[in-house]
Amino acid sequence: METYKLTVNGQPKEVTVDPGTPLLWVLREDLRITGTKYGCGIGACGACTVHLGGIATRSCVVPVSLVGDRPIVTIEAMAEDPVGRVVQDAWVAHDVVQCGYCQSGQIMSAVALLKTAPRPTDTNIEESMGGNLCRCATYVRIREAIQAASQQLG
Amino acid sequence: MGPHRGLQATSLALIACGAWGASTALGSARDGVARESAGPRSAEGLAAWREVYSVLTSPRCINCHTATNHPQQGDDRHRHFANVVRGPEGKGVPALQCVTCHQGSNADSTGVPGGRGWHLAPLSMKWQDPSEKILSSAEVCRAITDRSKNHDLDGRGLLRHHEEEPLVRWAFQPGRRIDGTARTLPPLTHEQFVAATRRWVEAGTPCPPRR
Repeated sequence: METYKLTVNGQPKEVTVDPGTPLLWVLREDLRITGTKYGCGIGACGACTVHLGGIATRSCVVPVSLVGDRPIVTIEAMAEDPVGRVVQDAWVAHDVVQCGYCQSGQIMSAVALLKTAPRPTDTNIEESMGGNLCRCATYVRIREAIQAASQQLG
Repeated sequence: MGPHRGLQATSLALIACGAWGASTALGSARDGVARESAGPRSAEGLAAWREVYSVLTSPRCINCHTATNHPQQGDDRHRHFANVVRGPEGKGVPALQCVTCHQGSNADSTGVPGGRGWHLAPLSMKWQDPSEKILSSAEVCRAITDRSKNHDLDGRGLLRHHEEEPLVRWAFQPGRRIDGTARTLPPLTHEQFVAATRRWVEAGTPCPPRR
């Protein structure tokens, strides 16, 4: 077991865990920050996406020992993020969600996309969001909401 | 994360290979063809090249030297999972970058390979054709000795790249698959690979003739 000092949503945290523990489980089990979801556990579905050092990251495959001093941002902070707020509003306006399980990861990826490419084409959206799976197949509404958020952000 | 590992491994290999460049570059390679039948030094160089080529075309290298819009992974060189795409700089796209999964070092607990600056080799360093068939020894040799394609590396730069580039070095320490088994290594050790590269460079980077 090792002790790690993390910064999660701007707050300092300290955990004592096995170095190989995926960040996802540190967030959910040790810190009880449960908005980030477990989907596949192998980085194939995107449900566990967080921002690590500003980059959309699959928290299920990143051991806590490799986080270092990079800040971690989760879905819980999106309401206070200028881009995150707009994306969440667009999600509501376009009634994107069906079951909702994958949507934390979808929104985290969408925000990462818009922060890098504020005016994405449909191809940009399809490629960037291609690693986020939705068993309810809300893909069309996701694309529309991202385009709407892009326009809102101007 | 077997696929992840494979992808990363491939990416690393690509990068390493991409940095290649013989000091005399394409001209040297052409000279080498002539020397092939001209003397023992060229013959030694071609023998060394065959060793280098055996590494470059191993899955840990070739998987990231694709001619397509995506990397490969695994020893069977299948398409990388999760709809991963090359992106404009070979590093993926904004919300799905290589570093979305691949960190600065191997993550053996989750089976994802990692190394600093994980990325695909540029298309100028593709070592496969669009149907994913590996290019011949002569074709790969000419590609990596073409300074218009290899970031203008001369032989010394190529040797240094093979000695020091983190992603090249990663190929020889590729970590473990998600099931805990060790990822397949290239056919040579890193030391043997560097030694073969040195012999090839010192012989003037000869390339085998096109058939």
